[in-house]
Amino acid sequence: MKAPDGLIGASRPRSKARRLVAGQGSYTDDIVLPGMLHVTFVRSALAHGRILSIDADEARTMPGVVGLFDGKDIAAVCKPFQVHHAALPHYRNAQQPILAIDEVFWQGMPIVAVVATSRAAAEDAADTIFVDIDELPVVSDPLAALTDSAPPRIATEESNLALDMRIVHGDVDAAFADAFAVVEHEFDFGRQAGVSLECRAIIADYRSGQDTLDVIQSHQVPHMMRELFADHLGIDAIRVHVRCPDVGGAFGIKLHAYPDEMATCAISKILGRPVKFIADRMEAFASDAQAREARVRARLGVDAEGKIVAIDAGSLFGLGAVSSYPRGSVGEGLQAMQMMGAPYTLPAVRSTLQCAYQNKPPTGTYRGVGQPIAAAVTEQLMDKAARAIGMDPAELRRRNYLPASGARHATPTGLQVGDLSLEACLDRLMERMDYARLRAEQAELRAKHIYRGIGLCTFVELTAVGSGLYGGNQVSIAAGEGCSLRLEASGQVSCETSASEQGQGTGAGIAQIVAHTIGIELDSIMVKSGSTDGTTYGGGAWASRGIAIGGEAALIAARDLRRNILTIAGSLLQADPGTLDIRDGMVTDASGPRLPLSEIGTIGHFRQYQLPLDPVPELTVTRHYVPRTYPYIAANGIHAAHVEVDVGTGLIRIIGYHVVEDCGRIINPLLVDEQIRGGTIQGIGAALYEHCRYDEEGQLLNGSLADYAVPMAGEMPDIDIGHIETPAAETELGAKGAGEAGTVGAIGAIWTAVNDALAPLGAEVTRQPFTPDRIIEAILAARGDQTGD
Amino acid sequence: MRSDRVAISFTLNDRPVEAEVAVRTSLVDFVRDTQGLTGSHVGCEHGVCGACQMRVNGVIVRGCLMLAVQADGGEVVTIEGLTGSGECADLQRNFVARNAMQCGFCTPGMIFTAVELLAENPCPSRPVIRDALSGNFCRCTGYQSIVDAIEATASERA
Repeated sequence: MKAPDGLIGASRPRSKARRLVAGQGSYTDDIVLPGMLHVTFVRSALAHGRILSIDADEARTMPGVVGLFDGKDIAAVCKPFQVHHAALPHYRNAQQPILAIDEVFWQGMPIVAVVATSRAAAEDAADTIFVDIDELPVVSDPLAALTDSAPPRIATEESNLALDMRIVHGDVDAAFADAFAVVEHEFDFGRQAGVSLECRAIIADYRSGQDTLDVIQSHQVPHMMRELFADHLGIDAIRVHVRCPDVGGAFGIKLHAYPDEMATCAISKILGRPVKFIADRMEAFASDAQAREARVRARLGVDAEGKIVAIDAGSLFGLGAVSSYPRGSVGEGLQAMQMMGAPYTLPAVRSTLQCAYQNKPPTGTYRGVGQPIAAAVTEQLMDKAARAIGMDPAELRRRNYLPASGARHATPTGLQVGDLSLEACLDRLMERMDYARLRAEQAELRAKHIYRGIGLCTFVELTAVGSGLYGGNQVSIAAGEGCSLRLEASGQVSCETSASEQGQGTGAGIAQIVAHTIGIELDSIMVKSGSTDGTTYGGGAWASRGIAIGGEAALIAARDLRRNILTIAGSLLQADPGTLDIRDGMVTDASGPRLPLSEIGTIGHFRQYQLPLDPVPELTVTRHYVPRTYPYIAANGIHAAHVEVDVGTGLIRIIGYHVVEDCGRIINPLLVDEQIRGGTIQGIGAALYEHCRYDEEGQLLNGSLADYAVPMAGEMPDIDIGHIETPAAETELGAKGAGEAGTVGAIGAIWTAVNDALAPLGAEVTRQPFTPDRIIEAILAARGDQTGD
Repeated sequence: MRSDRVAISFTLNDRPVEAEVAVRTSLVDFVRDTQGLTGSHVGCEHGVCGACQMRVNGVIVRGCLMLAVQADGGEVVTIEGLTGSGECADLQRNFVARNAMQCGFCTPGMIFTAVELLAENPCPSRPVIRDALSGNFCRCTGYQSIVDAIEATASERA
């Protein structure tokens, strides 16, 4: 890895961490407003039904209860959700009421809002409310949902099909017919939940006097939410303010507009008092955006030299009853469809996608968004092809990787990729993990009936996603990011960035970029984010773009502020600004330090009239950066999992785990590596433990942390991380995104490792999570096949 | 006094507290809602995640599984008190240096577990540290940095 160039590339700790470690975080539920009320929701216990009546008479009279609101009450002041993507006219979407009116279509859908002086009082009242629901047929399984006889998941909707698309390049069938070997596999990824430790939370404070709405919200994208609150509640956007304080994890789950959060704002508007809603853990499981309910059938053909001749993948995604608003729920499927085979030269490809509605909660944009699925499918097929032709799996990959090349070009599936470092990452990985020794050891141990597996998962991921995605769909989401800097009278710098953070440390990276560019110490800058009251309009946090796009805006702003500072300094020193520099907070020239920045700041704020400059250059500089020439920046990397499968118990032990990743120029290696580690563990959790289990009636069977298994410290490995740094050509900073690299590769690494371990037994797994019973089932099934039973 | 409320008094972060509480009030809700101590967090309300941990009578408890009335006559220390005492300043310093937290929501609970571990076992191996942390859910870090910070602290203290 490159040596740090000043603060860029330096592994500095975050100043914010000093506050968090002392318990001085300020999360939404920590905030109390005078006169604040609490809302809780009565939610549907059934996955599909018609509401016959709501009996809330007792609730109205209970202590502390201030109001009850049903779907019609909220609809009178608030528009319903309607997903619409202009660039996808075939993407069918039903309207989503804020609170259910007449019909409920997923278990957990909110029906009645109970508002009281405390959450406990609201829940006491909610317990007495009886909603009489006439059951309607439930469709739970996505495949079943698309059959002709399937009941509609919403009574008024004709079809459960949301989207049907395909990408075709070349003649896949002819390629398979001529192929030396064709392998196939089935994949069932299982619905998962994001499980941020802080549940969703919002405080809405409406004041009728000036028709203002102030919102405090645990969320990723305050600007998007401000637009939505304004639009849906009929309040001028200039009178709506959204602030995201400390957020306890988000991972893409807090990217959406939720009906219960919107209802909270509507209720504040009706009552004219602040109202707080905190989802509890069961509500989080029942109503947070879920993800990855996907089934894929795929084939890969290779020639005698191991070159890929074709890939054919058919994906079916379950979206829930309605799409998440406003970004839709097809992002996962679209990315999965487009990224099949992404790291490889593909002479022919067919990738199809069907998205089905069902009586389950809406799915959304969980970290990786379809890319983990594409990577797992691709890499599992590559492993099977390697076994089929007797080639080492790493070698097969190497033979097929897209060549490293400078110019951006389109792949057969329409991906725009530029400088990828696929082979370099593989080389580095082989070295770091001592691949040859592990393979030799694996062979020795197999002879003793000890089954270890080595799984490789190459990934290409789309980061710094910008202008293309939502603008063309006419969804009001910012394409770029902004940064506002002010040199204070003290000579220190205040910074406000539109790139928000929920643990990533984006603000710390921004601080390093700005401090480095201007020439000040890191503790001389204070970065704030997450509020629409700043001067910069931007995207917040999603699709790994905080540093790539937000950092570029910060770089531009810092450079312009520095120029303005030096212009003023030049005037004060009677020197050409071109001969001046700033170092450690001092303006310097060839002879050394001349002026502290506090002098510039003090004159610049209090005594500008003394300067013979007209106009006086601004000491407050706001700049935006909008990607224009590219829709995203492709990054790449590779994961390797080394596992041991106990064929007696079905338990899987992770012995070692490695990642080599290329996110371009790294601003803070400490923070980047920790993002990769966290994402990797989430991916391992998905592959081994996590599953939102629903029965045929759409009833959630495991809606608690005791029943939904998440990875804990005892069973997780240390993760070794290395980097290749190929700076992004698209920006001056050269940084690509890294936040999703862990999740994008980890699921596939575990798939390939487990199936590599089981291969000598003729067994394979096709359904995630790989719980012990599924491992045993696979082994027994293979034995049954072998003995002909 | 209403019959469903009970008068309690105990020491909270080294200062006396007197209150009337509804019996069903959990200890973590009590410190958060009535004492302004929001450093203890609520992540699940069913005793699994560990975000609500605090020390009661010298032992770490889940604040969501304990009633405030059970603290009567005892000594409660939350993350604010632990920080104020300086008892684990080196551990907290190592957490910062190693970036052993991201969103910070699990961190106060993690700190309590680490403090208790190091008190019982001054030289824990990494597997022992991981085992001790297995009652604290973290979604952001993947745990390795937390293990590193605890190991570094043990090593410095040795």
